[in-house]
Amino acid sequence: MSVLVFIDQADGQFKKSSLEAAAYGAAVAKAMGSKAEAVVLGNITEDAASLGQYGISKVFTAANATLDTVDAQVYTDVLAQAVEKSGADVIIFTNNSTAKAVAPRLSARLKAGLVAGAVALPEINGGFSVKKTVFSGKAFAHVNIETAKKIISLNPNSYHAAAGEAVTATVEAFEPAIKAGKVQLVSQNKISGEIPLSEAEIVVSGGRGLKGPENWGMIEELAKLLGAATACSRPVADVHWRPHHEHVGQTGLAIAPNLYIAVGISGAIQHLAGVNRSKVIVVINKDKEAPFFKAADYGIVGDAFEVMPKIIEAVKKLKGVA
Amino acid sequence: MKILVCISKTPDTTAKIAFADNNTKFAPEGVQWIINPYDEWYALVRAIELKEADPATVLHLINVGTADSDPIIRKALALGGEEAIRVNSDHADPYFIAAQIAAVAKEGGYDLVLTGKETIDYNGSSIGGMLAEILDLPYISHALKLDLQGSEVTTVREIEGGEETNKVSLPLVVSCQKGMAEQRIPNMKGIMGARSKPLKVVEPVAADTLTSIRNFEMPPAKAGVKLVDAEHPEELVRLLHEEAKAI
Repeated sequence: MSVLVFIDQADGQFKKSSLEAAAYGAAVAKAMGSKAEAVVLGNITEDAASLGQYGISKVFTAANATLDTVDAQVYTDVLAQAVEKSGADVIIFTNNSTAKAVAPRLSARLKAGLVAGAVALPEINGGFSVKKTVFSGKAFAHVNIETAKKIISLNPNSYHAAAGEAVTATVEAFEPAIKAGKVQLVSQNKISGEIPLSEAEIVVSGGRGLKGPENWGMIEELAKLLGAATACSRPVADVHWRPHHEHVGQTGLAIAPNLYIAVGISGAIQHLAGVNRSKVIVVINKDKEAPFFKAADYGIVGDAFEVMPKIIEAVKKLKGVA
Repeated sequence: MKILVCISKTPDTTAKIAFADNNTKFAPEGVQWIINPYDEWYALVRAIELKEADPATVLHLINVGTADSDPIIRKALALGGEEAIRVNSDHADPYFIAAQIAAVAKEGGYDLVLTGKETIDYNGSSIGGMLAEILDLPYISHALKLDLQGSEVTTVREIEGGEETNKVSLPLVVSCQKGMAEQRIPNMKGIMGARSKPLKVVEPVAADTLTSIRNFEMPPAKAGVKLVDAEHPEELVRLLHEEAKAI
């Protein structure tokens, strides 16, 4: 009953959410009295053995340029070989774009029940049940996986990466048979220099209360000071004040940062659905009746244009920035 | 060219979520049902646009559900598509559902199968990928754009940290998200016409069930908001640093 963690990488670097998946996989293995191994596809610049810090005892690598881009069909084929090689019964992904393309295919290939969007360790007394978000964050479901092989896709920011116990990891280059993919890559356009919203620990978000895209400077400045990502509500994305990939909420991205700061967002139920798993929610709104205050931990009833500059000053002072 | 669009029935985005039978079932009382927004706004509308560009295109809809799905299927037909197929089953396991759609897609010889990127109830993002695997077809997930030239398809999809443009030949499975098309409102002609479009009901094929829902749980209620005076926002920064330890 061993565990195999798929470690997603970007430009040769392990993603933070993949390290969370590694630590989670190690914890699952420990609970089952087994070992956790990992698989990394494509060329990496990091030391694969460093995954030992998160409790991974063996890392399978396949440094093949074909695997530097994600073709769901090719990846599924290669990961199925990795699963066979490791003999794993439980396969862990971090629930990002790569996993959403690949994990369902692997599930169908291996007839392995998939829980996508897991937020906690499985309960393995007798059965095998995993807690996941449903109804876009408004509730949780405990899903039983009824097959011998199991796949869990763990939501980013749901499990602390440092929770693993360090072990010494061995690295094995496994040489999978790689079939030619049917999907041809034309171009990639990566947004550089920004913290991916799904992985951000702090998110500063703006809504219609900011009155126009020209007023986003204070959102961006606070985000930069806090090492945060920026986000927005749906109406703001709909009128193109901000790009669509910043839209958080029921029909946008669902996020679960440590701290979510909402400025000028009233907190419609659809918006709350996408952010209510944030650990700490701060709401700044001039309308004291804004529904968001009911879901908030801290709030300021006040005009964002007066409050935000003072917050930025206070954060600068805290961080020792002149 | 034959397109199949997968339509799921979900609670309205403003629906109050509650559970019944010792938290083992969704409580449907007072809930308004809609077509899953990703299926409707993006997959279906893009398919309709493709048919408008090439009227010879055959456009069919599929739903896996009970007769309770019929109203939302009719609503989808009011937007477009010649006919709908409903696989008569109340199963919730994604693999079982994907196997049903795969059986219909295979028999019908569809060139392009479109789904939404996820449903807003179970949020699994699973059906498209499973379907592609069962049919052994390429899969473009989370596509924001899809253009056709003969049997050549150009797509733009979301990848980690950005977007990627791909070329791929039909047949193909694509999951669709924002950017693909704009929401449409059905007109009276469409609504009237939808009543006479065929809605075929077929029984499910045998397929495995890989998962089941044990029970649901509501998130814990918040303790209540701590308000900070707007004249002293620096107090908020202090609380976030010292009390919440969030910055």
